[in-house]
Amino acid sequence: MMKWTMAALAIAVSAGLAAAAGADAIKDRRALMKANGDATKPIVAMFKGAPFDLATMQNALKTYIDTAGKMPALFPPDSKTGDTNALPAIWDNMADVDARFEKLGKDATAALANVQDEASFKAIMPDFYKNNCGGCHEKYRAKQT
Amino acid sequence: MPREIPRKANLSALGNDPDSTWPRLANFMRLLFAVALGLALAALAEAWVLTAPRPISPDVAREVSRPGDPVAGRVVFFLAGCDSCHMSPGQTDPLRLGGGMELKTPFGSFFPPNISPDRADGIGEWTTADFADALMAGVSPRGEHYFPAFPYPSYRHMSLKDVRDLFAFIRTTEPVAGRTPPHAIRFPFSIRRAVGFWKLLYLPNIARPPEAAPDDPESLGRYLVEGPGHCAECHSPRGLLGGVIASRRLTGGPLPDGKGKAPNITAAGLADWSESDVADALSTGFTPSGDTLGGPMAAVVRNLSQTPEADRAAIAHYLKSYRADSNP
Repeated sequence: MMKWTMAALAIAVSAGLAAAAGADAIKDRRALMKANGDATKPIVAMFKGAPFDLATMQNALKTYIDTAGKMPALFPPDSKTGDTNALPAIWDNMADVDARFEKLGKDATAALANVQDEASFKAIMPDFYKNNCGGCHEKYRAKQT
Repeated sequence: MPREIPRKANLSALGNDPDSTWPRLANFMRLLFAVALGLALAALAEAWVLTAPRPISPDVAREVSRPGDPVAGRVVFFLAGCDSCHMSPGQTDPLRLGGGMELKTPFGSFFPPNISPDRADGIGEWTTADFADALMAGVSPRGEHYFPAFPYPSYRHMSLKDVRDLFAFIRTTEPVAGRTPPHAIRFPFSIRRAVGFWKLLYLPNIARPPEAAPDDPESLGRYLVEGPGHCAECHSPRGLLGGVIASRRLTGGPLPDGKGKAPNITAAGLADWSESDVADALSTGFTPSGDTLGGPMAAVVRNLSQTPEADRAAIAHYLKSYRADSNP
C-alpha cells in the first residue's frame, strides 16, 4: 500500500515538475525575445535617423548572440501550449529552427566584428535583420494580440 | 325521432357532415396545396434569379479591355499581394503563380487556383474582361461565383486602369503547368450558387469604381487600403456567414487558419505608432518596439517593399486617421 502511494506521489510530482519545466521554458523564451526587442528598439531609431552609436549596436549584437545560444534548448515537448505565441510547427521542424538560431549567432558574431561605424552599420545591418528575424516570425510565431 | 332532425342540421352547420362537407374541404386543401406549391416555386425562382452571378457591365468590360501597362501593373501586383495566396507552394519566387497553397478557414480548405499565364492550367486563355469579371464581380469565365476567400469585395474598388495594368503584368510572368486540387469546403458552404446571397449582403454595390487622386494621401490611402491592399479582409472581425462586420472594420480579427490574430490597425489600434512608424514597418517589417512583423504579414511587407514610398505613406496616413464605428 505504502509502495503504491509513494509511486503515485512520485508520478504526480514528476508530472508537476514537467509541467513547471514547460512553463519555465516558455517564460525563459519570452524573456529572451523581450530582451532582443528592447535591444533592437534603439537600432530601429538609428535606421530612422537617430545618431549612430557603436556601443548600442554592439550591445544589441551581444544580446542576439546570447539569445541564439540559449533558445534551442528552450523548446521541450511540454512547452508547446501555454502562454506562448510559438506555433506547433516549431516542433515539426526542430532541425530548421536550430539551424536558424545557429545562423543568427554566426551572423551576429560576424557583425560584431565588422560593424565599426555608421557606414558599415548601414551596409551590413539591414540585411542582417531581413535574413534573421522575419523568417522565424513568419513560420513559427503567431501573435495573439 | 323529431329530435334527430335538428341535431343533424346542427352537425351540418358545424361542418362535420361527412356527406356534404368533405368534398368541399378536399377542394379547399387542394387549392391551399397548389397555392403553397406555387409560392414555393416562386420563391425558388426568385432565389435562383437573386443568386445569379452578375458579371461586369458591357460598358466596363469595353473600357477595361484597352491595352494595359505591365510596368505599372507590377506595382499593382505587389500592392494587391496576389502571390500571398497564388504562388506555388514550396518555393520563394513570388512570380511563379501556379496556385495550390492550402488556405485553411473555418469553412474548410481553399486551394487558390493557378493564375499563371499557362494556357491549359492557368489564365493564359483569359481576356482582360474575364479577368475584370473575376476581380471585380467574383464571377468566373464559366459564369459561376467564386468563393469570397478570393477578396473580390475589396478588389471591386480597384480602378479599371489598375485592373488592366495588373492583367498585363500577370501575363508577363512565367507560365506554370499544373491544376490545383478542388476546394474542400464543408456543406452547405460548398454550394456555389449560394454565394449569390452572400454577395447581396456583402459585395459593395459599385458600378464603376473611381480612381484615386494620386497626390492626395487621404484619397490614395483609402484607395490602396480598401481596394488592392485589401487590408480589411484579415484585419477585421467577421460574422457567422463570413462577412466583414462593417462597424468594426480594420479593428483586427482572427487569422483565417485560427492561429494568431491580425491586429487592430485603426487609429485606436495604432495609437502608439507614428505615421512614419507605420510606413516604415510596411517596408522594413520593424515595429517601433523593436519587434518584426511575422506570420502572413511578413509576405505583405516583402510585397509592399516593392511599391513606391508615397504609396506606403498614404496607407499609413489613411490607417492613422481611420476611426471605426465601434472599437473592441
